[in-house]
Amino acid sequence: MTTPTFSIGKAIKYFILIIVAVLFLMPIYVMIVTSLKPLDEVSLATMWSLPSSIDFSSYAEAFGKLKPNLLNSIYLVIPATIISALLGAMNGYVLSKWKFKGADIIFTFILFGMFIPYQSILIPMIQFLRSVDLYNTIPGLILVHVVYGLPITTLMFRNFYANIPDSMIESAKIDGASFLGIFRFIIVPLSITGFVVVAIWQFTNIWNEFLFAVTITTGDKQPVMVALQNLSGSQIVQWNVQMAGALLAALPTLLVYIFLGKYFVRGLLAGSVKG
Amino acid sequence: MAMAKQQKKKISKDQWTAIAFLVPSIILILVFVYGFIGWTGWVSLSNYNTIVPDFSFAGLKNYIYLFNDFRFQADLRNTLFFTIFFIGLVIVTGLVLSILIEQKLKGESIFRNIFLFPMALSFVVTGVVWQWLLNPSTGFNKFLSVFGIEPKWYTDTNILAGFQWGSIEFGVPVAIIAVVIAAVWQMTGFSLAMYLAGLRGIPDEMREAARMDGASEFQIYRKIVLPMLMPITMSVVIIMAHISLKIFDLVYAMTGSGANFVTDVPGVYMFETTFKGNYYANGAAIAIIMLLAVAVFIVPYLWSSRKGDA
Repeated sequence: MTTPTFSIGKAIKYFILIIVAVLFLMPIYVMIVTSLKPLDEVSLATMWSLPSSIDFSSYAEAFGKLKPNLLNSIYLVIPATIISALLGAMNGYVLSKWKFKGADIIFTFILFGMFIPYQSILIPMIQFLRSVDLYNTIPGLILVHVVYGLPITTLMFRNFYANIPDSMIESAKIDGASFLGIFRFIIVPLSITGFVVVAIWQFTNIWNEFLFAVTITTGDKQPVMVALQNLSGSQIVQWNVQMAGALLAALPTLLVYIFLGKYFVRGLLAGSVKG
Repeated sequence: MAMAKQQKKKISKDQWTAIAFLVPSIILILVFVYGFIGWTGWVSLSNYNTIVPDFSFAGLKNYIYLFNDFRFQADLRNTLFFTIFFIGLVIVTGLVLSILIEQKLKGESIFRNIFLFPMALSFVVTGVVWQWLLNPSTGFNKFLSVFGIEPKWYTDTNILAGFQWGSIEFGVPVAIIAVVIAAVWQMTGFSLAMYLAGLRGIPDEMREAARMDGASEFQIYRKIVLPMLMPITMSVVIIMAHISLKIFDLVYAMTGSGANFVTDVPGVYMFETTFKGNYYANGAAIAIIMLLAVAVFIVPYLWSSRKGDA
């Protein structure tokens, strides 16, 4: 046991942690401070200073500009998250509890899909979406996110189900339960945490995704991240509006992180293959 | 043998149902991952550098063009240095912070949450904010000018230790460091979370025993803790390498290509040449090169985890 007295070592440790924490929070400070300033106070010289009075007009303006895109993101992220979680659960169930010869190879083969640069499938994807009339639609983006979400959701559920003892499945089989019956009455009730972790992960990733969004949708179909990028690309850069927009766009995933951070981190760790 | 027989019998109706449930996903992956990669590969070997599709065979023409192209050579240089700095800093920062947080100090969960939250943000948001923080006429330079230093950050066109190589100046592009800082801010949380999980897996008794033998704290970390964290370091390196090789959104939102392409990366080049310039075949060739670069890291990684499973 170390005595709880003041020690130089401890002070140094705190010092480093606090310095790094301040550095990490600085971008957030600048975002919040800038977004609360009226435009005439937003100048390069006073970037770090607090606003003289709190002004929410940049939020009103940013929200006005981003609202249709925020809605697009919501219409995109909810179905895409639910569908990819369900498919992932089913795949994970089969690949962990109904293993057949070659199941591990098929799993690896699916898993590779989560590491590819999406540039390498983008040109055919767009041609395909055009040919089925899903180009520049939210359903088109949902399809894309479901397909390329399969590897990670399958991986997460497979690792999650590996912790459910096989003996439970075996005894249910002996009692005459079927493949679907076991899934419905044993696996699903045990995998609420799994669904939360996967849903949070997919929600965050799809909400934040940019490459598919910017290439598959245009104009009023674009999700919020593309609209945010366009906001900063416009001729007159209103920094206060842009920072307010960035905060609005980041808010849903930040709230998820603040309230369900534990599950978010579990997803983070599960993404590193070795579960 | 008896086992095999039993297993054979077990390919029951339920086993078939299980396989049937997997089939749609397998088909989706087969078509949308492998089929589309093949399709992109085919486009990369064609003359489709026009608005009207032209799938006539061009051989390796597009690849040869790229490797002689000033912009693509700059991209290779930038990606190399971005990857080295990014991975190095993410590993070191994550490791140091995780060790400090593991010291059972008060408020450790507050620190952990602060270091992890940027992971929940989009690269686009990060790009938008850091573009301003590292703007040479504002941002951090407001503080740094007090000490008489005013880096030009991402607007710097200098190449450190540069020498002529192909058609570009090869060396460390100073501007890329600004992008590295933003990327490290965002991704350190990943290595931190991985190392924290790893450190928790090392039993206290091991460190206690070493302490009894008179080892210093530093020696304990160097001789015991770091070697035990090696598999985690490997995973972090591979995951970060593949993120770095395909990075697009952060650069696109924060700096774009930069003057003389000092902050350009293959992801940005591919996007612009394909979707703004209609050079589909060139874009496809860039995409295939990116895929091959990622595969160099990922395929052995997947192979070894598969064996680890069995």
